Amino acid sequence: MALAHEFDYVRPQSLTEALQLKDKYKDKARWLSGGTDLIVNIKEGMMKPDLLIDIKDIDELWQIGFNSGKLSLGAAVSFSELIDSEDVRQHFGMLTDACRTVASTGVRARATLVGNICSAVPSLDSAPPLFCYEAIVHCASVDGKRDIPIDQWFLAPRKTALADNELVTGITLTAIPNSAGVYVKLGRYGGEDLAQAGWGVMVDHNKQYRIAHCALAATPKRAYQIEQLLAGKELSDALIEQAIALIPQETSPITDIRSSKEYRLHVSGVMLKRGLQAAYDRLQGKTVEAHKLLGGIA
Amino acid sequence: MKEINLTLNNESRSVLVEPNEILLDVLRDKLGVKSPKCGCERGDCGACTVLLDGQAVRSCLILAVEAEGHSITTVEGISADKLSALQEAFIQFNSFQCGYCAPGIILAVTELLEKHPKPTLEQIKESIAGNLCRCTGYTPIFNAIMSLTKEEK
Repeated sequence: MALAHEFDYVRPQSLTEALQLKDKYKDKARWLSGGTDLIVNIKEGMMKPDLLIDIKDIDELWQIGFNSGKLSLGAAVSFSELIDSEDVRQHFGMLTDACRTVASTGVRARATLVGNICSAVPSLDSAPPLFCYEAIVHCASVDGKRDIPIDQWFLAPRKTALADNELVTGITLTAIPNSAGVYVKLGRYGGEDLAQAGWGVMVDHNKQYRIAHCALAATPKRAYQIEQLLAGKELSDALIEQAIALIPQETSPITDIRSSKEYRLHVSGVMLKRGLQAAYDRLQGKTVEAHKLLGGIA
Repeated sequence: MKEINLTLNNESRSVLVEPNEILLDVLRDKLGVKSPKCGCERGDCGACTVLLDGQAVRSCLILAVEAEGHSITTVEGISADKLSALQEAFIQFNSFQCGYCAPGIILAVTELLEKHPKPTLEQIKESIAGNLCRCTGYTPIFNAIMSLTKEEK
């Protein structure tokens, strides 16, 4: 039995060919890589493309490169490949944490980080690490290339800065020397749930912090006020309480099927506190299992 | 219609498909492989799991045309000659009741054991976190898999 909606499918062999097709079809064409969101959206009638352009034969979109502190990821790189990458684990620990919380192994084998940010749901687990590593999103079209900083990428739920003739070819992340980060996710159960709240917390040897969250506003966001409050200071219980007090200003959670607004605000305080302590622990070389920070299940 | 060529359970097969046909449906209806099951149809339940080039994936979220040139393995493939040790353990520990989730779990764990022959309970749980079983409560499944990690060889 086929899907109710009919479309054409092409698998271009070069980036140029792919971009020309997209330029011709604009929003009538959709990019296909992992398909784990796209196929569900087509099944549910939320998207009705005339053409799917499969990018998986374009070699340059498969690269994972680590060079002088920068990690370049092609659009076709799956979450499973990121989780297995030793470079990612060593220099971008928060990203490994976040990738491991996305759906399940069977989905992660196909789903891509780039597809994830193009779906741009508010609960995007990979967003907090992308904010903390100040990711640059590389876009290309027949008109040329352009780079979009991650803080200008998310416009609204499911809306990004990508134009309808553009492809995200990859992302570049920048490691922070002598730093450690952790991603803390709260779901309703272990495995296969969207975040009720997610916090990425990073600290370096100079006590500079980077903090970002997801599922707590219309788009994932960086928490600049909390970063400024903490900057240069030694962690103490009193300081953590001051940071927690800023959470209502840094977030605008809603009540939905997964939890209430009040619960999201409350649990964010717990998550930020444990995240800060865990980031410090990692900075001192201690092993931290991010998925256990909330007493979670394997 | 487009003809696609793939390797299914170590055999070369070709089949005519439309671009909007889902791999799961083509496997079951056109290629006669019935072990992948249709559950949620949105990637949440794991009943449709198959191995694509050795990796457990959701066949309900893959277009049949995407499988062109790739290798698909289902339970029919891993037990072509005789049941695998994992399947024997499932029988010994009574690890399925209705059996709907079993093919998916067998394949997900087959991939895990390929990567980690002696997985920890946590690794096992992570590998099948996306395979829902509503009968067993999972304990007999974990016990069957853990029994393989204890065997001295």
